[in-house]
Amino acid sequence: MRKRWPKIPAAWITPLGVVGAVIAVVWVGIAFTARLWVPFEPLAQDLPRLQSPGIETLMGTDALGRDIFSRLMTGASVTIPLALMLVLMSLVVGTLIGALAGYFGKWVDELLMRLTDLVMAFPTVILAMVVAAALGPSLFNAVIAAFVVSWPQYARMTRSIVLGLRTQNYVMAGRLMGFSPFKTLRVDIAPNVVGPILVLASLDVGTAILLLSGLSFLGLGAQPPTAEWGSMISAAIQNFDSWWIGLFPGLAILTVVMAFNFVGDSLRDIFDPTSQVSRAGARS
Amino acid sequence: MGNTPRATRRYSTRSPLVGYLLRRLGTSVLLLFGVTVVTFALANLVPGDPIAAALGEGAASNPATVEAYIQERGLDQPLPVQYANYIGGLLQGDMGISLRTTQPVAEDLAKAVPATVEIALLAIIVSLGVGVALGSLAAYRRGKISDQLVRVFSLIGLSIPTFWMALVSFNFFFLQLRIAPGAGRLSPILPPPPTVTGFHTVDSLLAGQWVTFTDALAHLMLPVFVLSLFTIGLLTRFVRTSVLEVLDADYVRAGRAKGLSGSRLLFGYVLRGASLPILTIVGLAFGVLLSGTVLVEAVFAWPGLGSYAYNSATSLDLPGVMGVGLVVGVVYLTINFAVDLLYGVLDPRVRLA
Repeated sequence: MRKRWPKIPAAWITPLGVVGAVIAVVWVGIAFTARLWVPFEPLAQDLPRLQSPGIETLMGTDALGRDIFSRLMTGASVTIPLALMLVLMSLVVGTLIGALAGYFGKWVDELLMRLTDLVMAFPTVILAMVVAAALGPSLFNAVIAAFVVSWPQYARMTRSIVLGLRTQNYVMAGRLMGFSPFKTLRVDIAPNVVGPILVLASLDVGTAILLLSGLSFLGLGAQPPTAEWGSMISAAIQNFDSWWIGLFPGLAILTVVMAFNFVGDSLRDIFDPTSQVSRAGARS
Repeated sequence: MGNTPRATRRYSTRSPLVGYLLRRLGTSVLLLFGVTVVTFALANLVPGDPIAAALGEGAASNPATVEAYIQERGLDQPLPVQYANYIGGLLQGDMGISLRTTQPVAEDLAKAVPATVEIALLAIIVSLGVGVALGSLAAYRRGKISDQLVRVFSLIGLSIPTFWMALVSFNFFFLQLRIAPGAGRLSPILPPPPTVTGFHTVDSLLAGQWVTFTDALAHLMLPVFVLSLFTIGLLTRFVRTSVLEVLDADYVRAGRAKGLSGSRLLFGYVLRGASLPILTIVGLAFGVLLSGTVLVEAVFAWPGLGSYAYNSATSLDLPGVMGVGLVVGVVYLTINFAVDLLYGVLDPRVRLA
């Protein structure tokens, strides 16, 4: 399977997907290199305060005399890796739990699915806010809170796929050949789960960035003086007249999230069969 | 029930629906119970020091104060007893005292709820209207340029950080262009209308205060616009999928073959068939809106649940945050229950199955 990886089928190359992928790659590149080339130290407070955008400070300075452009670029290295890590974590845990629930059924399924019901009984931002506030404000706790609300969707999706496959003949054949449950899950079931989960994950990167920056906006994530987009926007509320303080970090969030959403949505057309030939009702 | 002949049970028009509703009610009550367990656990069991958080650092350094607090709140009791006390308190409307406002959280929230419900209801109406229009358009013109444009538009809507959009639009439409009214629910010179529903728009109409009505509506515009962007994106995509699913259905083809006009076909056949899945997503959209208010209201100084949550969170007022979590959880459960009810009433397969 891996050998076919470098060859990208022509049908995958859609304008939307390409635009999204290019923007996403640029931002990820910025995230990993920004510290090397930003013009000013992101935490240094030695510039004139509240300077509007100009030649020296491209995006102006904030109320403490810090260069917004430098903070914005290094901010990418806070948000993007954390969001990717968060999605990976939710994906692994959620998929495992969903697979166990779907494969073993009975009380395992009942227990795990009631747990997802409970998480989904709250709107996501609200539950994340409550968890983050209870754990205490820090970027690490914000990631934990975001994880708490984001794994169930992976569990739900994996479970429904596994449930559908469990009784298929080829899976039965494997089990009759003496495959252990984990070998069955790995060999016969996992390949069917990869596509839909990948689509979900790529769309979830955007959601994760919105959630993490939202928590920081609420003061529950990144703490000052960390250069983080959500808290930079939060600082703009105190300086309404200096429009540049809030405008640029928001544009950063918007473009990154949009890029991952474009990629995810294009992937969905390729991978997710339900988006094309779904005949079943919304609830099943 | 056990002796009822199978045939009458199957074809009676009431009992299956009632059974369905009871099952749904049971699930909702269980989840409600779960929601209180979650807020209780978070408020009492997290690794941080809830006592220090509740008393503030100064008071927490005094052992006598801490001891008195533990006695008063029954924190030396076993956990199940503490939980029972917590539920008992909730049932009497006791959600603790806000550290920030020093008022009972329940009283603060009761004042805040109508403002948020007003904004959320208007936002859901706007989102549904625009979402159904754009989604149907995209489905009818599948693969055409307008379909692609709607797709990009709705994806961008799903990518906008609402708290930023609130800030930018407030800055632009109020501070720069001066075409939007300022913050709050009403202009400072206007007294609020006599409270009937708690919605300023409805109350002012009931009292015949036309000026207050237009002012309240004008203040709603910008927050509703900002809040709706995400849900418009969500609903548009979902409506498109649902409409596509029924467009190929035999009954729609039959309608077309009968020579029905476009609008008759769209409203009487297509949207009617697609309405059930759309209804499901409306419940979800409400959750998104309630989340959104937390991030948006503070910017507009809108005195609702969202501002309360924002202020509680930024000042680390744990009772306040937990109160919002609980109330929003309950509201969200209620809405989803209502959606399920409506679903059961509308869908003959659920009603008669």
